[in-house]
Amino acid sequence: MGKKLLLKNDHIPYIHKLSVYREHGGYSVLEKTLKTMTPDAVVEEVKKSGLRGRGGAGFPTGLKWSFLAKPEGVARYLVCNADESEPGTFKDRYLMERHPHLLIEGMIAASFALGANTSYIYIRGEYFYVARILEQAVAEAYEAGILGQNILGTGYNLDLHVQIGAGAYICGEETALLESLEGKRGNPRIKPPFPAIEGLYGCPTVVNNVETIMAVVPILELSGDEYAKIGLGKSAGTKLISASGHINNPGVYEIEMGITVEDFIYSQEYCGGIKGGRKLKAVVAGGSSVPILPADLILKTANGEPRLMTYESLGEGGFISGTMMGSGGFIVMDEDTSIVKNLYTFARFYHHESCGQCSPCREGTGWMEKIIGKILDGHGTLQDIDLLWDIQSKIEGKTICPLGEAAAWPVAAAIRHFRSEFEEYVTKPDSIKDIKHYYRLQN
Amino acid sequence: MTTEQIVFKTEILALAHKLMKRYPEGKHKSALIPILHLAQAEFGGWLSPPTMDYVASVLNIAPIEVYETASFYSMFNLKPVGKCLIEVCRTSSCWLCGAEDIIEHIEKTLHISVGETTSDGMFTLKAVECLGSCGTAPMMQVGADYHENLTIEKVDTLLKDFKSENKQSRYC
Amino acid sequence: MPIVTIDDIKIEVPEGTSILQAARMIGGDIVPPTMCYYSSLKTSGGYCRTCIVKVEQGSAKDPRPIPKPVASCRTTVMDGMVVRNITSPENLEARAGVVEFLLLNHPLDCPVCDQAGECHLQDLSYENGKSETRYEFPRREFDPIDIGDKIKLHMNRCILCYRCVKVADQITDGRCHGVINRGEAAEISTYIEQAIDNDFSGNVIDVCPVGALTDKTFRFKSRVWYTKPLDAHRDCKKCSGKVRLWYQGEEVLRVTARKDEWGEVEKNEAGNADWICNECRFDKKEAKDWTIDGPTKVDRHSVISANHYEGLKMIKADTLRMMGAKPHGIKVELGEGALDPNNK
Repeated sequence: MGKKLLLKNDHIPYIHKLSVYREHGGYSVLEKTLKTMTPDAVVEEVKKSGLRGRGGAGFPTGLKWSFLAKPEGVARYLVCNADESEPGTFKDRYLMERHPHLLIEGMIAASFALGANTSYIYIRGEYFYVARILEQAVAEAYEAGILGQNILGTGYNLDLHVQIGAGAYICGEETALLESLEGKRGNPRIKPPFPAIEGLYGCPTVVNNVETIMAVVPILELSGDEYAKIGLGKSAGTKLISASGHINNPGVYEIEMGITVEDFIYSQEYCGGIKGGRKLKAVVAGGSSVPILPADLILKTANGEPRLMTYESLGEGGFISGTMMGSGGFIVMDEDTSIVKNLYTFARFYHHESCGQCSPCREGTGWMEKIIGKILDGHGTLQDIDLLWDIQSKIEGKTICPLGEAAAWPVAAAIRHFRSEFEEYVTKPDSIKDIKHYYRLQN
Repeated sequence: MTTEQIVFKTEILALAHKLMKRYPEGKHKSALIPILHLAQAEFGGWLSPPTMDYVASVLNIAPIEVYETASFYSMFNLKPVGKCLIEVCRTSSCWLCGAEDIIEHIEKTLHISVGETTSDGMFTLKAVECLGSCGTAPMMQVGADYHENLTIEKVDTLLKDFKSENKQSRYC
Repeated sequence: MPIVTIDDIKIEVPEGTSILQAARMIGGDIVPPTMCYYSSLKTSGGYCRTCIVKVEQGSAKDPRPIPKPVASCRTTVMDGMVVRNITSPENLEARAGVVEFLLLNHPLDCPVCDQAGECHLQDLSYENGKSETRYEFPRREFDPIDIGDKIKLHMNRCILCYRCVKVADQITDGRCHGVINRGEAAEISTYIEQAIDNDFSGNVIDVCPVGALTDKTFRFKSRVWYTKPLDAHRDCKKCSGKVRLWYQGEEVLRVTARKDEWGEVEKNEAGNADWICNECRFDKKEAKDWTIDGPTKVDRHSVISANHYEGLKMIKADTLRMMGAKPHGIKVELGEGALDPNNK
């Protein structure tokens, strides 16, 4: 069994309840932190831990915290990004549903470190029932003096609110999230200024993913140095992976970074191999926006080294032969999967989720969807493949926010690694007539 | 529904005012999305222009600010929907695990296409994008409830139950 | 004060100046085109992406390049920053991509559009676009609607620059239109049909870079290139009263605010835009209502001005030569590789 930090108490019934959580040591780390550490010392531990943002970008959390402006007399905010919407990703939902108090404990410790006295958890609207679980946990914490005034008798005050969204992937982008939290359309802001300077209500703000905030608790429990020893090199700690698609054991797994991709896909402890004993065709390793890799390149790097579940190893080879850890949304596709059709579902998704603010994304995402749709309808041409490539290159890097890249990368990677499938579809349209049989309901 | 009828019940209005106090002075517009959820649940599962105007008056903001926000988010229905709103996820993992069969089956069973409402006003069927249930695919959301690991049989049972209990989707 | 180099031309600018503003101080063809930025509207810019430039060196302190193109209108210059606009083929290609996106769903109905001849999208596509579209799908369509008895909204032509929304927010007393829906379906709308009705609403026409918001009192009366502009003024209690009258023969067909060389409403000495009120714009169409100040010189960015495009084409044919740039900013030094700007 690999090291478990966030899910170490996952087997305990009713761990979502405050009493059970406390029986198993819950909030003791917080109490020690508030009573014995300064906010700066907490930031220092997080820096030492090497923790990187678990939402997708992998930016060092301690560094992000150290950018927070601290003007006199201006409120600061911590906002938890629980707008988990990246296709293939459902780990935050699992974490919040089962371990709401771990999130609250992390929120209080992080808010203390940042000097925030009001914090928000922004959760996607569709996770309505999860929001209710969080709200109950928050109410329990208030009741027990763990939230509100004079937390655990330490003199530190924090109000924590659960804010619900209403269906918009783009609100996972931190400035869109802040706009939404202010009651507006989820249009990403133009940066600079960054949230660390002007965030929520124009005040300095840190936005962190659910898993990132939860990881603060084991970091403070173990010390930053000890946490940094877990994992491999710059991929410190454990990572929650959401595994889905054609595997025997879909679900959420906490892995110690450094295990091989092959082990993750085939061992019984994790995915348990491909359904029906079929062959592996491709994997999207970090959520819909990261490049898809064919079986040979996901299992081994271009140099023939085993590929590991770390930020570095998954990224090995750049976009030519590598991919990204992203949000840890691990989608597995068996030998019969149509990569073009899977890409179509991604393209449709990004088209649907574009906020419409900037022109390359607003116009380009729909265009790509239409062309892929045309290819699937059997009307594509070889020129369409080149056109798709050109469109994605004209979106990538030209947009206000990273949704442009998120929409462009999957298209580029599918063409890069599976061009022959596109070519087959446009030269032999008969090969796609039973497209429906590329997926299966059972087995 | 006329404007006169669109008024929150006392306890809902109190809840709305409580929500508005969670934010700093003058930033109560932050409560707009939570209050729109309340309004959608209260006033028939959708946000009519009078409903949105009412929400604007509760928050003391311009109606256009409510239209702008409400029309941005996919969970807000700006047109009437059936009593029971069925939303089937169709993105990657759900597609890989058979979402299209589920959608087709529901279409055949209810005699409607995606985006339509049954003639008795009972069901509306939508195909939606990733709902974060990829490990339990295929799945659908009915109002606020998740139904996961769907099979044709499971869908049949659910549809039958909804029909017999005359299910009204919960929205919050 | 920071010194920035744009297309090999150095200029010293006040702290906080944007790359675009610095480029405008230099002037000439190195100025990036803009569709959504509007200097007198706060928080405008950043949406259309036409003004993107390549930052080759971030600053003297941190000389690393910025990996992605930046919106010059929303990026502040740093001391020692090196920027490439028309001297970067890569940047021009990226801009051509943006222009293609902007035109993707545009109806190309210039022959029946009142904006034709003074349309910034027309100029942009002439100068930066390609002659053919690669888009083969049906274009998105909206019905034209009246928003008030004097303003027509052709949503098909809109590029979602947000300028009209910012005008309503910043210079009128209450906004009743905005951007509704999301993504490709996003549109300028009042949602429920209603008139935009206040004394300054007509300014949305002046800021609209395309033919999405047009003056109904001028609708189909003439083509702009057949009308003769004269600057005029009157004593107005509501606004500056400084306008431009568009004559055909003896008849005033249209009244607009005066625009500067960037197509923006001219600013007064205090630096505020001379917006005009609806009375001046819509109700004063007699020559006797006005005192004429003199003829207007139409700026370079218009098909009704002297043919500008040929010259620009030549410059772009060899982007490394700065043949047409005409600097008129402060303390300009030419960097290596730039030709004498006066040597045409």
